[in-house]
Amino acid sequence: MKKRHNRIFAVVRKEYLHIIHDYRTLFIVFLMPVAQLIIFGYALNMEIQRVDMAVIDRARSPKAQKLIEEFGGSSYFNLFYYDGRYADIETLFKTRRAKVIMTIPRDFDRRLLRRSMVPVQFLIDASDANAATLIRNYCNQIITNFNLKTGNRTALPFDLRRTIYFNPNMKSAYFFVPGLIALILIMISALLTSVTIAREKETGTMEQILVSPVRPREIIIGKVLPYILLSFMDGAVILAIAKFVFQVPFTGSLLLLILLSVLYIITALSMGLMISTVAPTQQVAMMMALTATLLPTIMLSGLIFPIASMPEILQYFTYIVPARFYLLIVRGILLKGSGFVQLLAPSAILAFMSFFLLNVAVRKFSLNLEK
Amino acid sequence: MNAIKITNFHKNYNSVEAVKGIDLAVNSGELFGIIGPDGAGKTTLTRAVCTLLVPDDGTIFVDGKDVVQNVARIRAILGYMPQRFSLYPDLSVEQNLRFFADLFQVPAQEREERLAKLFRFSRLEPFKKRKAEALSGGMKQKLALSCALIHTPKILVLDEPTLGVDPLSRQEFWQILHKIRDEGSTILVTTSYMDEAEQCDRVALFFKGEIVGLDTPENLKNHYPFPIYKIYGGDLRGLKSFFDTLNTVHTSQLFGDALHVSFAEEPSLTDWKAWQAKSGGNLQRWVHHSPSIEDVFLELLREQT
Amino acid sequence: MNRQISVYTDQLTRRFGKFVAVDGVSISVYRGEIFGFLGANGAGKTTLIRMLCGLLKPSGGEGSVAGFDIKEKSEQIKKRIGYMSQRFSLYADLTVTENIHFYGAIYGLAKEEIRQREEELVSQVGLDPYMNQMTKDLPLGIKQRLALGCAMLHNPPILFLDEPTSGVDPQARRGFWNLLYETVQTGKTIFVTTHYMDEAEYCHRVSIMDQGKIIEMGSPSQLKESHKKSTIQDVFIALVGGEKTDQKE
Repeated sequence: MKKRHNRIFAVVRKEYLHIIHDYRTLFIVFLMPVAQLIIFGYALNMEIQRVDMAVIDRARSPKAQKLIEEFGGSSYFNLFYYDGRYADIETLFKTRRAKVIMTIPRDFDRRLLRRSMVPVQFLIDASDANAATLIRNYCNQIITNFNLKTGNRTALPFDLRRTIYFNPNMKSAYFFVPGLIALILIMISALLTSVTIAREKETGTMEQILVSPVRPREIIIGKVLPYILLSFMDGAVILAIAKFVFQVPFTGSLLLLILLSVLYIITALSMGLMISTVAPTQQVAMMMALTATLLPTIMLSGLIFPIASMPEILQYFTYIVPARFYLLIVRGILLKGSGFVQLLAPSAILAFMSFFLLNVAVRKFSLNLEK
Repeated sequence: MNAIKITNFHKNYNSVEAVKGIDLAVNSGELFGIIGPDGAGKTTLTRAVCTLLVPDDGTIFVDGKDVVQNVARIRAILGYMPQRFSLYPDLSVEQNLRFFADLFQVPAQEREERLAKLFRFSRLEPFKKRKAEALSGGMKQKLALSCALIHTPKILVLDEPTLGVDPLSRQEFWQILHKIRDEGSTILVTTSYMDEAEQCDRVALFFKGEIVGLDTPENLKNHYPFPIYKIYGGDLRGLKSFFDTLNTVHTSQLFGDALHVSFAEEPSLTDWKAWQAKSGGNLQRWVHHSPSIEDVFLELLREQT
Repeated sequence: MNRQISVYTDQLTRRFGKFVAVDGVSISVYRGEIFGFLGANGAGKTTLIRMLCGLLKPSGGEGSVAGFDIKEKSEQIKKRIGYMSQRFSLYADLTVTENIHFYGAIYGLAKEEIRQREEELVSQVGLDPYMNQMTKDLPLGIKQRLALGCAMLHNPPILFLDEPTSGVDPQARRGFWNLLYETVQTGKTIFVTTHYMDEAEYCHRVSIMDQGKIIEMGSPSQLKESHKKSTIQDVFIALVGGEKTDQKE
């Protein structure tokens, strides 16, 4: 028993040496996620700032001015007055001078005093439908605020308000950064291990260690262990950026997050190892690792597109994407403060996946020797 | 005019001197071999001749033109086969050949004839639809050679073409090189196999960036000064220790079933009889052995140090 | 002379589907012998070696290495063999010391043992100035001796060498073979596979393999004399070349 432990450790030590000797790769391993997180984090930002808004103010009254100030005061809009012909407003959209046009009617004050419905018109450029929806939401929000301030609320029979839980400011970074953690961790981890066996096959050293008493299982485990640590350090860097750069709240237990992240990392590494056992060269291994992680994680994990809105068949596919389950975990812990009990199901699935993939890797590896 | 004329060629990589000022002239129509172990500087030299490296010092003239100043003109008359397999593995034999024909702008009317001739040479015709990656080692080398020959180069430069190729294919490869030489091309070829020196018209023995010997293989061997004997016996190691004590023995080397000994002067039959008696019957048989290029090479190195 | 057998096979066969890679090979290699296996690429050398090292199960026939059955006892065999391929054995991105310690550890040697073997190797091979260099930067001759040293860390009675001296300069090569002669003197057995015929001259006995079968076996001198050729290369070409020119159809 003691000797066996020793052999695994020998492989671990060797892998560790490969890692630290190759400082360029090491550099990439740490720099890539930081760069990715920051680039993706900002690029995937679903907020729109400083939307150009043309204002056609027909009332020219103090109340209308107040409404305009309400818009002008928010960071979402960039206002300018338009006093050209109403018939030409289309050109505002076509020349992209404005994305939204607000028209305040002549009898604005009077109708407001009578507490009747005041028709303020918003024309929104819907060539980018997502942006249009966002702009409409912003407008609604500001109008609601305006109504509150001018005391219009009391006049209305109902007050319809949406309350958004867990992400009260609708910050998209809160939504995306956890997803990016899932994406980056699986990509880096799978890439790292996918080349390890393929590389030894290419250089021929695999042959050399296979004629030694080391067992296939020991090689596989010895190769996974150091990368768990490396990927985990990577994960820690990403979490730190999430907290300090994107100010994502850490509502739940950090310890739980770390433990379950390690589980996710093991799943990803196992996937990489499985790829490594079947890929003949490092290049093929890398391609396979990228295809197996990047697209499924982006498209099928709920990272961007809600799973519930996918076609039914695709929904079944999401069950084999590890990131789908990790997303539940990381969003749950960070945003909702979920505990282990609530996350038992996704954790169990990840554990099962790791076990399965590792076993397939060992079996495939031993079988391939027979060729 | 020399096909290739190298004068005082130096090349360093960082602080390592790969080639230390060599002079070499390859005659037109000659099959010239550069023989030396890995790391002797063979690849550096061939790359410089092919205009792929600029010398740190010295000059190289190919077909009378300076390699630094006439890159395009030299490349047009030169065929080069690098050490690493440099064909497209996913293209067929024929597709590879046609690609190189396009690259060197072989005129359409000559092309089919060229291809037919190369197929005959290399005996690759039956495999022309096969992907390059599916060829055996020897066939890959023949294909690479064919691609280097597609534009009928005046001068052919080959860097370790027989490396890792099995003996049969190696022999066939050399036969092809002889044919090409006989048709009038000049060939510069490198190898780390000492025994392949015999296949060349003249050879330069390379070691650590220097030429330690340069002549025809025959002359090199004829100038080997010591008689060599293959000695057979019961306990070869015992025999070796015995011969190593003799003053007349120059070198001794164990082989699988014989001991090779070179002597300072030809031993007489009386010498042999005396040794036989002294060895206690261990010395059974001795045969005169002609020196190999390897023996010559070792002797030249010994003289240097 | 009653000599101890180190490697023994009887009608050993391995098929891959319809293809017969090793076809009824029977050999006996004795203790203290350097035995050469010659053959073109694809002749079946690698498959045979892989079976003897316990990496492949035979499809038929019998075999034993160091007295252990190759079908049943591959774990036992792996502890008793060393394997060296000049081109591939070492990790190029590890230092000399790191390579030695890795190979020592996967054979389950204790730290003390490894350190002791390392010292022996250093003095024997002259590794002193290179200990902390990356293996890829070593001179070829040194690399080759280090590879041999790593294959022998666990003191195996049987060594398998694959083209151990190709490309090395003649001085280093002769030195290397002298080292091998000393090694077999201590009672070890060495198995060499190569397709460089000049390496064959250094072996005590050679066998020539073609299309999975052994077609000739004997000492280099015997082979040359019986075929009336001056080199093993010529013997080989005469034997194998008569049938065909390329092993792939």
